[in-house]
Amino acid sequence: MATLAADEHSAPATVGHAPRSPRPGAGAGSRLRLRNTLIGWSFILPNFLGFAVFTLVPVITLFYISFTSWNVFGTAQWIGLDNFTRLVGDASFHKALLNTLYYAAVHIPLTLGASLGLALLLNRRLRGVAFFRTVAFFPYITSIVAIAVVWNMLYSPQYGPINALLRAIGISDPPGWTTSATWAMPAVILVSVWREMGYYMLLLLAGLQTVPAQLYEAARMDGANAWQRFVNVTLPSLRPTLFFVTVMLTIGSFKVFDLILVMTNGGPGQSTLVLSQYIYQKGFVENQFGYASAISIALFLICIAVTIFQFLMNKRRES
Amino acid sequence: MATLETPAPPAAPAPTEAFTPRPVRHEPGRAVGRAVGYLAMTVAAAAILLPFFWMVVSSLKNNNQVFTVPIQWLPDPVVWQNYLDIWAKSDMTTWLRNTLTLSVAVTILQVLTGSFAAYGFSKMRFRGRDVLFLVYIGTIAVPWQSYMIPQFIMMSEIGLSNSLWAIIALQAFGAFGVFLMKQFFETIPEEISEAARLDGLSEYGIWRRIMMPLSVPAIASLSLLTFVNTWNDYLGPLIYLRSPDLWTIQIGLKTFISQYNAEHALIMTGSVLSVLPIAVIFLLGQRYFVEGVATTGLKG
Repeated sequence: MATLAADEHSAPATVGHAPRSPRPGAGAGSRLRLRNTLIGWSFILPNFLGFAVFTLVPVITLFYISFTSWNVFGTAQWIGLDNFTRLVGDASFHKALLNTLYYAAVHIPLTLGASLGLALLLNRRLRGVAFFRTVAFFPYITSIVAIAVVWNMLYSPQYGPINALLRAIGISDPPGWTTSATWAMPAVILVSVWREMGYYMLLLLAGLQTVPAQLYEAARMDGANAWQRFVNVTLPSLRPTLFFVTVMLTIGSFKVFDLILVMTNGGPGQSTLVLSQYIYQKGFVENQFGYASAISIALFLICIAVTIFQFLMNKRRES
Repeated sequence: MATLETPAPPAAPAPTEAFTPRPVRHEPGRAVGRAVGYLAMTVAAAAILLPFFWMVVSSLKNNNQVFTVPIQWLPDPVVWQNYLDIWAKSDMTTWLRNTLTLSVAVTILQVLTGSFAAYGFSKMRFRGRDVLFLVYIGTIAVPWQSYMIPQFIMMSEIGLSNSLWAIIALQAFGAFGVFLMKQFFETIPEEISEAARLDGLSEYGIWRRIMMPLSVPAIASLSLLTFVNTWNDYLGPLIYLRSPDLWTIQIGLKTFISQYNAEHALIMTGSVLSVLPIAVIFLLGQRYFVEGVATTGLKG
């Protein structure tokens, strides 16, 4: 038993049954390997079955469904590239794509800056600093619905506290926030930055704590001031973490959905309509599963492309 | 990861602490720096918590007092009645029960299957292992929103949609638990399992009797993160749970908001109730949340 379960390195020498076959290495070795493979798979199988059925199969069938059209009876009909040609000319899709890019372009740098600032602020050895980390992380674990409804009230154009404050400091015509086509997106982005910065702060904090203290000591000896130490020690050491955070933030931005769905439902008009929501609308509201899958493919490809691009960029900068 | 908690006595050398501005006493510059640090932290914390404060305060007001100019920072009178009314006006009990059922079931399944698979990935050597793990990791870059349509079609065909099982199937087998537990298992020295094998323990026995007891912090992290994620999930229930008796707190609250959209105080009461259990869990186990996020850098 003991010898059979152990891995290849330790197997032959250890105690156990005397090998019966004349060449002990080969036969026992392959049987051992088979056994190990079976045991290994048996560990992974319970999770993998669920994972394969509910994640892998849908990802693969997505491509098939995007080439079909669904009628009211729920049967699919192959229509080739029609969904994709329709996508190219669909003004709402363009709008959703542009809005998603707008969201990503503002949300990524803002969140990165805010979470890095927080991480630097909270990366010190002060009494009670853990409390502040807890506070910063708290918005991230509260529900989207509760957050959205509170912020919608705070943003309320006529009576909301935010505009009351703005009027008090002399801005006579404050923005209409979620009721204005111009201001709805900034309003949503502000909430998402507030909600997510604590999460990325924790990731950056973990990265900051791996920076060797000697580097700071050395920089200080050389007379580097705080800013120079940040640029020449902190940032380079934090590169891997920053890279990871940027990838996660980018994917997160492109799939943004629930916050917008609850806060503005894409409105006013289509001013905050994003890709994920357009998929939802076409698929679950209008039952156009085929067309919705074609939009899904677009989202899927964007996320994969962005991830690969960032990995390549990172590799190039490293070499 | 002791570094993320409050370090006990400031002078004690902590070997895990990589970067600490060494506290030098009686230096005026440092004292000023510390004061500025506290000030900045307090301002940031207040700004972050303000919406929650406003939520709680409004939930204790009369409806016509929620929006007043100037802002009324403390409720006067304190209207506890809201917290009684909401149970009568909404199906809060059903929603909470459904949400709790789902969160517990998903958490148990995720911890069991996740740690089981993680043992295979981290402690066993066999063909196909690394490719399989790559597939798991690869799906992290694929947003759920991009395959929710085929998933929904498939769930409907096997008769799982419009049932709580759909959410369990959706949430319980994610790559997240596998990844988190694998990261942790890899920090447990191989010699321990080796010794157990010599003592005649099977691989399953090692998982149950050695790995799991040694992984209590990681299991706690995974449980809490999974529980909170399932509790807060809005999109899954929105798509799959159509009958009102299946609704979770998030769906229920959203419906309540559109139904009573002028009852601002009551809406805030519902929001407080939906956040409260999570806040309590978070405060009790915040260390594990922080560790879980720091070891995986992922969420569910």
